[in-house]
Amino acid sequence: MEQLYQRDVYGKTIVELGQKDKNIIVFDADLSGSTRTALFAKEFPDRFFNFGIAEQNMMATAAGLASCGKIVFASTFAMFASARALDQVRNSICYNNLNVKIVATHSGITVGEDGASHQALEDINFMRAIPNMKVIVPCDGAETKSAVIAAYQTGGPFYVRLGRAKVNTLMQKKDFVLGKGYQMCEGKNLAIIACGVMVEEALLAAAMLKERGLSVGVYNMPTIKPVDTKLIIDIAKKYGKIMVCEEHQVIGGLYSAVCETLANTHPGFIERIGVEDKFGQSGSPKELMECYGLSAKCIAKKAEQILRK
Amino acid sequence: MEKKIRLLKSKASEVRKLIVEMLARAGSGHPGGSLSSADIITCLYFEVMRHNPKDPKWPDRDKFHLSKGHCCPAVYAVLALCGYFPKENLWTLRRFNSMLQGHPDRRVPGIELASGSLGQGLSIALGMALGAKIDKKDSRVYCLMGDGEIQEGNIWEAAMAAAHFKADNLCGIVDRNYFQIDGKTKDVMSIEPLVSKWKAFGWQVIECDGHNFEELLDAFNRAKTIKQKPTVIIANTVKGKGVSFMEHMVDFHGRAPTEKERDIAMEELSEIEKSECETE
Repeated sequence: MEQLYQRDVYGKTIVELGQKDKNIIVFDADLSGSTRTALFAKEFPDRFFNFGIAEQNMMATAAGLASCGKIVFASTFAMFASARALDQVRNSICYNNLNVKIVATHSGITVGEDGASHQALEDINFMRAIPNMKVIVPCDGAETKSAVIAAYQTGGPFYVRLGRAKVNTLMQKKDFVLGKGYQMCEGKNLAIIACGVMVEEALLAAAMLKERGLSVGVYNMPTIKPVDTKLIIDIAKKYGKIMVCEEHQVIGGLYSAVCETLANTHPGFIERIGVEDKFGQSGSPKELMECYGLSAKCIAKKAEQILRK
Repeated sequence: MEKKIRLLKSKASEVRKLIVEMLARAGSGHPGGSLSSADIITCLYFEVMRHNPKDPKWPDRDKFHLSKGHCCPAVYAVLALCGYFPKENLWTLRRFNSMLQGHPDRRVPGIELASGSLGQGLSIALGMALGAKIDKKDSRVYCLMGDGEIQEGNIWEAAMAAAHFKADNLCGIVDRNYFQIDGKTKDVMSIEPLVSKWKAFGWQVIECDGHNFEELLDAFNRAKTIKQKPTVIIANTVKGKGVSFMEHMVDFHGRAPTEKERDIAMEELSEIEKSECETE
């Protein structure tokens, strides 16, 4: 299976888009090497602006520039893109409904060794709550490319959440449609709905469960907002039991989006896998996924408990 | 020149009356800073800026962004007088379904972008200035900030960046009226030494009397000649300027005049208008 850094794909994709469209401008805040916007900076130095360690200014300036008819990609780590500059994102970018595409890298617990201060686990929650904002959490390199292109082609603000580590390629590029979820494997007893790195964990868990005689369906839900309500309702009708898996706090992310979708019309059993209202810590991504209950093994264990109850 | 100044004075006087009337009818809002900035905004729209009320989105226009969004009554009054929308709209300020929101919103013809959360406007104006540079336009961008507002850290991030990017098409204006909601700026959070702060951030600084049109015009004209760096005009003003019981009064930062106060204010503003006519 091909392994890619989502941020490598992001950097290359904006270079490709930049070759075709001169209106694409890229912003970064002293992390261009890590976010890979440096690739764009090298190719188009006149259309790249480094704001230094000043994310609030970067976001509000992006709003001003986007109002001149530009499409601005603004990148930094997810922690600073969401929490640090949230007021600027809300009031300058989203209230004005501007073409600012925030592509944030180093999200979630798998940031690893940098520890809690750098592990954005609330960003989906923050961004999802703002009117006009659309939120995509791609699971691999191919989906990252599609998501960046979709953000470019669709008007208004976007938050695209990428990880730090290399990930296996699970999707085909042509698969992605904004606002749509995908069945990765079919099952009978339980449906897992996941996003980001948790899609692969869910697939691994489903394989483990299959060996134990349990049939679990896995669904990839890259667009958190607007979420695919039709698919979620179909899943609820078909399976009855759902487990939502995300590399995010259990408050305000994909689990919340699924619950909000089903609460009125199809309330039922919805279990969750996520960070349980805690801060992270330093460690290898593998150790942390295990410790915070996000690994395939943890998913399989919880699913088995539910199904054998 | 004299004719120009006379016109600006009479426009500013109309603007002040509209501000007072608008706020009295709305029953809430911010008269103090609207009145202190009335001359600056009048000067920009009636003399300094290249704009077209019949074509608010004219691509070659100069742009104005009100970073101190709460002083929008002054901008609304000026926009109405320029002909961006009918004057009658002013009486819907802060009302349900009105385009004239309590803080600026994009739906108003002539308003570039929303503001209200303080400290973000200089960044937004910098974005517009960079946009003009990228498109090789000679448009200028003006950004009006409050003196209390520059306590926000975001302002200084923007100040640093504007100098770094050599945004000489960006002109900031600080409405230095010496007050903020909780009291005098020097008591709440000292912002001095203002001139050397902006200089240290790489800006050309021009100080002037923000109620003197000769000085304001001179400042804006000088700003246009400064190359390779942005300019900030520190406009010394009087909070509540033009209405005796609002001048230097922190109470009127965020309180609308009552009907009785409105009547007295209108009388005073008419008196000033009359005496100005006589001296000329």
